[in-house]
Amino acid sequence: MKNLKLYLPVLVFAALAVFMWRGLYLDSRTLPSMLINKPLPEFELRSLEEGDQLLTTADLPNEPFILNIWGSYCLPCLQENPIFMAAKDQGVVPIIGLNYKDRDDAARYWLDINGNPFDLVIVDDSGRYGIDLGVYGAPETFIIDANGVIRYKHIGTIDYRAWEDEIMPVIRSLREGGNS
Amino acid sequence: MVPELGNFALILALCLSVLLAFLPLLGAARNNQVWMSLARPLTAGVFVFLSIALVILAYSFVTNDFSVQFVANHSNTTLPIYYKITAVWGGHEGSFLFWTWMLGGWMLAVAIFSKSMPDEFVARVLGIMGALAVGYILFMVATSNPFDRALPLPPTNGADLNAALQDFAFIIHPPSLYMGYVGFSVVFAFAMAALLSGRLDAAWARWCRPWANAAWAILTVGLALGSWWAYYELGWGGWWAWDPVENPPMITWLLGAAMIHSLAATEKRGVFKSWTVLLAIMAFASSLLGTFITRSGLLTSEHAFASDPTRGVFILGFLGLIIGSSLVLYAIRAPILKSEFGFGSLSREVFLLANNMILVVASSAILLGTLYPMVYQAVSGGDLISVGPPYFNAIFVPLMGILAVLMGIGPIARWKRTSLAHLRQQLTKVVLASVGLGVVLPVLLTMGVPLATIATSILALWIVFAMLRDIQTKIANKPTVLAGLRSLSVSYWGMTLAHLGFVLTMAGACLTSIYSVERSVLLQPGQSTELGAYTFRFEGTRPVQGPNFVADEATIVISRDGKTYKTLYPQKRLYTASGTPTSHMGIDGRVLRDLFTTLGDPRENGAWSMTIYIKPFVRWIWIGSIFIALGGIFAVTDKRYRQFKVKRAAAVSRSSATLAAEGSQ
Repeated sequence: MKNLKLYLPVLVFAALAVFMWRGLYLDSRTLPSMLINKPLPEFELRSLEEGDQLLTTADLPNEPFILNIWGSYCLPCLQENPIFMAAKDQGVVPIIGLNYKDRDDAARYWLDINGNPFDLVIVDDSGRYGIDLGVYGAPETFIIDANGVIRYKHIGTIDYRAWEDEIMPVIRSLREGGNS
Repeated sequence: MVPELGNFALILALCLSVLLAFLPLLGAARNNQVWMSLARPLTAGVFVFLSIALVILAYSFVTNDFSVQFVANHSNTTLPIYYKITAVWGGHEGSFLFWTWMLGGWMLAVAIFSKSMPDEFVARVLGIMGALAVGYILFMVATSNPFDRALPLPPTNGADLNAALQDFAFIIHPPSLYMGYVGFSVVFAFAMAALLSGRLDAAWARWCRPWANAAWAILTVGLALGSWWAYYELGWGGWWAWDPVENPPMITWLLGAAMIHSLAATEKRGVFKSWTVLLAIMAFASSLLGTFITRSGLLTSEHAFASDPTRGVFILGFLGLIIGSSLVLYAIRAPILKSEFGFGSLSREVFLLANNMILVVASSAILLGTLYPMVYQAVSGGDLISVGPPYFNAIFVPLMGILAVLMGIGPIARWKRTSLAHLRQQLTKVVLASVGLGVVLPVLLTMGVPLATIATSILALWIVFAMLRDIQTKIANKPTVLAGLRSLSVSYWGMTLAHLGFVLTMAGACLTSIYSVERSVLLQPGQSTELGAYTFRFEGTRPVQGPNFVADEATIVISRDGKTYKTLYPQKRLYTASGTPTSHMGIDGRVLRDLFTTLGDPRENGAWSMTIYIKPFVRWIWIGSIFIALGGIFAVTDKRYRQFKVKRAAAVSRSSATLAAEGSQ
């Protein structure tokens, strides 16, 4: 033990390993949202299409819908896009996009190139509304019921499995609940 | 029944590698010749059974055995045969089997090409690699068995291979990347064996160098293929995104580059011994870290496999055990590895050390940027943030600039001590020529030159001129130029080639970043758009039927100065089994520039959205990588590694046996 600095690498590595171990369990996708079963926070935000008209919660669908937080800078969003596009083509469920901390031109360009699955795109360029929603970062996906209450939150990419096993069951149960 | 045989082969490979991890190492510690001699046959056995498992998995794919869960998730009856076979590495479980098989392959290679090394050393190297194999196979059997069945109700058809993977590059990119990656475990095993035996001399460095060079060269190919694939498949015209999963191989590559340079100094001058060993451990640790990141779901990314915390815990435990214990061993044993000689404050050693510092700083910065979001989240308990390309570029680009400056001086500086006068005499003209031409050439060729272009051309010319100057000096006293060029060693040419590759890649990366232009447009059939000197006319689309996809194929006629020049056919594909759409680019690739078209979405009246790119010099990035890899391979073939005299090996083996015998008394 006479040459203590030789132990430096193993100490650095140990610190790193502790963080990685915590990282495994702090997987954000499993963190519950405080907002589940609470109404969607009010907002007054621009639409990506029409520049000057302000949108509020009154402009959102009166049926269960999906709120997807996305940005043109976000690679996982590119992976989700085909799933949302397919859902839009089949008219499965309305999808509202919240363009989060993005530039308008970049966002429009992204939608042009990759396809626009959204019925409406709300612009949150400052990220202020994202704070109200407790957004960690794009992509995130919320399910809102017909009464404007948040019923489900998925953090991270929606792949086909997540779509079939997580999103669609919630949508179906919300629809059934609404009919009875 | 056949998949169960695969499982059985896997378990047999596990049993043999457990023996391999214990007996030869114990034999080496106790100087028991019989136990040591078990290393080679056990290695062969591990490799054979891993091969059987791999072939059986491929067979399950080819025969559409959807009762195997992994096959059901990653194949489909309509999938072309070559993708069925390569789908073996199209998902987590199979790719891990493939990875482990690669380890087996490297082990076998060590067992075969180690005739010149003492038995004790071979036993230690193979034993350590056997311990790695134990970890990998145990991981597979315990958490991600590719032979798991989907019984009692197997699906009638599979879910298909991820559409983005159905491309030629998928056939060659993962094998080369894995092979390079896993190759670093050979160097790690060599380093561990050196620490265990306390013997790290010029002979050790000479044994180690070909393996380090080979692994590094193959990793270079793997990285370049990945970048090329991203470029033409993903469709945003980028060739590197600093994605959390791209970064670990880059870290390994940088540390590997540092290591092969440090190894050179260890072989030639007997210096940097413990530093070389530490680099070998770090390079290997970074390769394991890459595995951990991709397979634990720690970070989300393009490449990430399905996440599963138990896998993460297993890999992290394995990582902790292997890397933790090797670093402790390093801390205890490193004081034995004293440098044999000193060196002056101005010498090739010093320049190599500076090169190593830069490479290590660059890789640490990338590691920090990759893990920072996770560390931040762990500390703050909230907010998932991401570190974008601006961070990486801001750190990486200047560091590579300094590296380029050093790359000109290093090879010219002499070992041990070099005088300032020598450097001045060798390099004054080179400095003048590169700065002069570096400014004049870009200005003559184009108007309104950005400073970045001038910096790029000066640095590129600087390295090339310094290289020519060095060759000139080396052959000055030979009768003819040809005789002089022949007299230079193969490793010298390898180094020259690799440095030239670095120049090409650097120039390509800088120039394409500066001069690329793009334009996204909405065109109706017959309409055209202009970009640069080219006119792109959209002729309309037609339906195309592929083996397992349908596509709309656009015809885009490119003309220049009114003359038709080239026609490109970008496609928008829909893979029918999974319903996934993908874009297939139309690219006209030339040495000096690429024209690149991607098809977006259909609109009214037959109009389509599309994006057109002109990317000058982008090909240089990959051409340069090929040079770098060839340089590494050249260095491996240097005859001084092959003609290592058996007589001397025997003498060394005797002396170390005597030492071991003395040690055990």
